[in-house]
Amino acid sequence: MAYDYEKSIRPGKLPHIWCPGCGHGIVMKGLIRAMDSCELDRDNTAVVSGIGCASRLPGYLDTCTLHTAHGRAAAFATGVKMAKPEMNVIVVGGDGDGTAIGGNHFIHACRRNIDMTYLVMNNSIYGMTGGQFSPCTPTGAKASTTVYGNPDPTFDIAKLAIGAGATFVARGTAFHATQIDKLIAEGIKHKGLAVIEILDDCPTTYGRRNKFRSVIDMMKRLKEIAVPVAAAAKMTPEQLEGKVLTGVLHKEERPEYTEQYAQVIQRAQGA
Amino acid sequence: MAKKVALMQGNEACAHGALYAGCNFFAGYPITPSTEVAEVMSVELPKIGGKFIQMEDEIGATAALIGAALTGAKALDSTSGPGMSLKQELLGYACIAEIPCVIVNVQRGGPSTGMPTGPSQSDMQQAMWGTHGDHAAIVLTPASCQEIYEETVRAFNLAEKYRMPVQIQLDEICAHMRERVEFAEPGELEVIDREAPSVPPEEYKPFDDTKGLVPPLAAFGSGYRYHVTGLNKAADGFPTTKAELVDAEERRQIDKVMLNQKDIQKNEEYLLDDAEVVLFAYGSTSRSARYAVNELRKEGVKAGMFRPLTMWPFPDERIAELADQAKAIVCPEMNLGQMVREVERVAKGNCTVAHIGRVDGEPINPGQIIDKVKEVL
Amino acid sequence: MAERYEIRFSGAGGQGLITAGIILAEAASIVEGKYAVQSQSYGPEARGGASKSEVIISDGPIDYPKATVVDACLAMTQVAADKYANGIKPGGLLLLDDDFVKNVPEGDFRVVKIPIMRIAKEDVGREIVANVVALGAMIALTDVVARDSGETAVLAKVPEAFLDLNKKAYSLGFEKVKEAMEQ
Repeated sequence: MAYDYEKSIRPGKLPHIWCPGCGHGIVMKGLIRAMDSCELDRDNTAVVSGIGCASRLPGYLDTCTLHTAHGRAAAFATGVKMAKPEMNVIVVGGDGDGTAIGGNHFIHACRRNIDMTYLVMNNSIYGMTGGQFSPCTPTGAKASTTVYGNPDPTFDIAKLAIGAGATFVARGTAFHATQIDKLIAEGIKHKGLAVIEILDDCPTTYGRRNKFRSVIDMMKRLKEIAVPVAAAAKMTPEQLEGKVLTGVLHKEERPEYTEQYAQVIQRAQGA
Repeated sequence: MAKKVALMQGNEACAHGALYAGCNFFAGYPITPSTEVAEVMSVELPKIGGKFIQMEDEIGATAALIGAALTGAKALDSTSGPGMSLKQELLGYACIAEIPCVIVNVQRGGPSTGMPTGPSQSDMQQAMWGTHGDHAAIVLTPASCQEIYEETVRAFNLAEKYRMPVQIQLDEICAHMRERVEFAEPGELEVIDREAPSVPPEEYKPFDDTKGLVPPLAAFGSGYRYHVTGLNKAADGFPTTKAELVDAEERRQIDKVMLNQKDIQKNEEYLLDDAEVVLFAYGSTSRSARYAVNELRKEGVKAGMFRPLTMWPFPDERIAELADQAKAIVCPEMNLGQMVREVERVAKGNCTVAHIGRVDGEPINPGQIIDKVKEVL
Repeated sequence: MAERYEIRFSGAGGQGLITAGIILAEAASIVEGKYAVQSQSYGPEARGGASKSEVIISDGPIDYPKATVVDACLAMTQVAADKYANGIKPGGLLLLDDDFVKNVPEGDFRVVKIPIMRIAKEDVGREIVANVVALGAMIALTDVVARDSGETAVLAKVPEAFLDLNKKAYSLGFEKVKEAMEQ
């Protein structure tokens, strides 16, 4: 029996803008399943994004959606959540949007541990502008602005989030489609800032420059590099060379920001 | 019962004016000489169940401001020159997405870090043109602590009524000097709240102008699910590149201000009836100008003052009339020639237009103005 | 146009001179219902460095909010005295802490000297109230607000535990200047 995604999609908004073979659609379906499984009230849910291919996602969802400026999604979302803590707030965006221009807002959202879910679709490239390198482009890789090979080191988004104070951090891939909704759902249920990084592919601007002959090759790579955290525990450093851990990478309890502010209100009112 | 009065700084008066207007959200980033606005809000907002958040930078502050405003909050943000430069990005977002909010810029010298504790009026053109793209702006320029209190209420009213960001331009002198401020009683000053949609959620279009130039704004979380974007959009809120829709939206957003100027304009005219020389002055400089007018009158010079409280949209019509009436319009400003450009544009050569500029961190004193007036006449 | 009366409090940062100016402005505008504007200039230092606070008092609205040439000036330090004495109106007043201002500036103004810091430290018992001593002295010297109004404003500003201390500081400042003026 086919899953009913249509009920969550705004009428008349499909087809989406994403290229054939792009993983963003897979991630969006995962997000819809996660929102359904968490029984989120769509009237009371805001999905906030920045700029880029991934940031077009909210436009398709039938909920309160806010497509903001490049990199600023986390800060807009912070305003929504702070003003109305009863709303469910989900941020979606790409790797460049979230960790380059939006890096400051990203780390401070993590630090505050404000109760939001931040979904990063990491396809290692600025796709919408035609394939310039991002902070997540592998060193040595080709992009339209690194035709001689990328000299930049690469951000590990999960480690960045953990270091900045996010209390739930998970990673999946667009290949492991059935895991995506479970990771997101766990992030939504988590009290605090949850970061879910989904390793994604951009066949149009990354794949063809970096010797991936087809979308299938890119998906195969995602399959091959992913190692679930439980399996990784039994592997040697040599075996883990070039691999990426997937699953829930970090989970801790720490005071949540809007609850902390509720206490500020109580103290100000003399309680 | 006697009214509550207090001696307070202009910045503090701004915060209290915002609270009177129903402000329940503040987002900001510390910067001299605006910080007292944030400090007062951090103390007062939680007392009334409001929210104060100090963000990671000025861009983040304006982002949070807009996010909060979309949930129905009345939101304030304060900053100074360098911070205002950063805010230009999202000021534009608030313009195109039509988000009611108020941003205070306590001007200091510049460009860049400039003179953080020195007074300035050098962000006046930035207030209108700082963010990219065509847009309208409403910018207020109060000149005393009492007026800052009252004009902050008006700033919120205009933001709510016209569904757009409103800027208050202070200078360090007005922001930091202390004067007696009389708090308004509830109901004494008008407080306007944005119009909520009257149609059911399934019929709601966030930019539907069929009932007027300012479409009602639904709050996130109130049962209306809709889309907000910084892209050019159609009435339903979704991006469009259809030429006629983009054109209509762009024009409507300017028309909603320019066709309502009677409601938005506010100024003070001082001894203008027979004035041969008109001082065009605003903010703290207008206080020197008034002093100068009084001194000049004592000497038999027919001087008067036009003092805009709404600087943008610029009061074209009245300035044009004054240019016909007077021999000269003299513009003292703590900058090297900003609003004088507008006066020149509107005067169309019908009278002499002169500028007194000062950018050394000292105020323009009455003596400087008097000397210039005598030189011009 | 109503008469302006301008007073400058000058000295070093941390001496409470901005507070002294604020209290005087409160005495004039809140207690007595006159018009007053207080302003200050400051540099990047939170403590130390030069500090000045200016108060303009008038029966009518005040236009230009900054001091022009002042009617009365307090100088707590030599640096302040040297810097601001020439900003006093002809026939105006200069109040000095004579322990700290050894070279008394010359000009067309009356000089009144009392050891403000020493009065605070030895007679009142706390150096921190020197600004209130200075305020009492300035009000006695200028008569710009009533003695009671100044005291009301001082007491409205300080925590309850320090009421007596400040009351004493204010009175001593007031009395010592009266004595000095009679000499």
